[in-house]
Amino acid sequence: MTTTTDLVSYEDALASYDPVMGLEVHVELGTKTKMFCGCSTALGQDANTQTCPVCLGLPGALPVVNATGVESAIKIGLALNCEIAEWCRFARKNYFYPDMPKNFQTSQYDEPIAFNGYLDVQLEDGETFRVEIERAHMEEDTGKSTHVGGATGRIHGASHSLLDYNRAGIPLIEIVTKPIEGAGERAPEVARAYVRELREVIRALGVSEARMEMGQMRCDVNLSLRPHGTEKFGTRSETKNVNSLRSVERAARFEIQRHAAVLSSGGTIVQETRHFHEDTGSTTSGRVKEEAEDYRYFPEPDLVPVAPSREWVEEIRASLPELPLVRRNRLREEWGVSATDMQAILNAGALEPIVATIEAGADAASARKWWMGELARSANESGKALDELAITPAQVARVTELVAKGDLNDKLARQVIEGVLAGEGTPDEVVDKRGLKVVSDEGALTAAVDEAIAGNPGVADKIRGGKVAAAGALVGAVMKATRGQADAARVKELILEKLGVSEG
Amino acid sequence: MPGITREEVAHLARLARLELKPEELEHFAGQLDDIIGAVARVSEVADQDVPPTSHPLPLTNVMRPDEVRPSLTPEQALSGAPAQEQQRFKVPQILGED
Repeated sequence: MTTTTDLVSYEDALASYDPVMGLEVHVELGTKTKMFCGCSTALGQDANTQTCPVCLGLPGALPVVNATGVESAIKIGLALNCEIAEWCRFARKNYFYPDMPKNFQTSQYDEPIAFNGYLDVQLEDGETFRVEIERAHMEEDTGKSTHVGGATGRIHGASHSLLDYNRAGIPLIEIVTKPIEGAGERAPEVARAYVRELREVIRALGVSEARMEMGQMRCDVNLSLRPHGTEKFGTRSETKNVNSLRSVERAARFEIQRHAAVLSSGGTIVQETRHFHEDTGSTTSGRVKEEAEDYRYFPEPDLVPVAPSREWVEEIRASLPELPLVRRNRLREEWGVSATDMQAILNAGALEPIVATIEAGADAASARKWWMGELARSANESGKALDELAITPAQVARVTELVAKGDLNDKLARQVIEGVLAGEGTPDEVVDKRGLKVVSDEGALTAAVDEAIAGNPGVADKIRGGKVAAAGALVGAVMKATRGQADAARVKELILEKLGVSEG
Repeated sequence: MPGITREEVAHLARLARLELKPEELEHFAGQLDDIIGAVARVSEVADQDVPPTSHPLPLTNVMRPDEVRPSLTPEQALSGAPAQEQQRFKVPQILGED
């Protein structure tokens, strides 16, 4: 199945068209139980061990809403600067598909619990972009299908499917943006930054781990193009279940290029869902979107309305943690770094490791230096995330402490870190095993300095002649002789002293 | 006067996965039209000040604590399944060969 899609270059697409996006993000809440029944939500259990009459949709079963699910929805709404409904209902979204044994999904339709908010997101260069939030509503996840008999588990060509309903009924919050306009060529970047910021918010609230690779957070990217200078939105496509930050950006970019190719050749965009393919970064046609009324939404008669009292809402608001953007701005000030540097820290995934290292006793500058330098390099080489490296923030803090005490210089500290990463033990164990200590024994240093001067008479003459900068070569020779274990500053002092020159 | 067309009934039947013969479509279109007409009379008496009722009980905020309750065993869960495989519900092909 190789169908090539016509694309125009990204630059050409943006030269003619203005992209408008809408992002729908589903977050699986981390509650202990499902949204409407007491079945466990634990992951990785045997198939169909976490079901009951309610989530199987057996006749006569009555759902009761999970209080923590509602509270989490309100938390998310407040964190996204939304208004919280004084009164709202659930609705049945009717469709026939075996992933929902009830033949409807319990969702919210025209009365979402949270609406009318915004989330400020930071782009790579530190610029802030405000994404308006249309609504956040409560619903439930579907069961998991396994398609049998087709190629590589795909639904196409399958002879039958097997259903595990452990996931059916797990609380979901769907967060929908208003149309995102004015992002221009940065639209894909805005999409990625928005999903990332949202993920940080969700994690900070503690309502979900929001791990995209585990499907706990998934994004649908709606995108349309309109010719520059026009107001009316073009026909949109909806790319479903994009499951990584990088994919969100790639999917938006691909759709911009695809739409532009269709439109510029005089074609029309079909309103449809599309599937994103990680391997190629492309999308392919899914089903033609059913119209909203085909779901025949109606108020759920088995659940009573949710009417969060204003007292409860204010109580929840007062309990919200410091939100990620506020926290980052605070840390940026405390550490005295620029917006660009802070963005680099974020992009490297170094924020939490640095915070933890500072909490373990390191000063901010040193913590930042190691995580953004030596450790970032190492992570990059081994293709790991910083928090997957075999060194803990406390160990990094210990290294900075040894440097501060003068027991290690930077060069030795790098070797200690290298040793810890290689599994040789704690920083102190590596120091012992490798014999890494700054040589502060003046006798040994003096001998090494004498040797360096004797071995490099030409350089020594230059220095005597006033060329202090040449001392670097002799410092290097001493460092080499002491296998890097000398205090370079002290070595330089000794050299100048011996040769009778002063620094100033 | 509310009305429901034959085409709308055919559309609803398709959504509900009901196969209706042409004469049944006519038949149900007539019946549904009567029902909708009867229900529509409610709006003649209910003014703006009467909110639509979605639930007969004047209750809100019936919630349960987030505490795990025992689930069915997989055997119990699957006991009503017409077919099963690998402890899962077995369902016919979802997509046709199109």
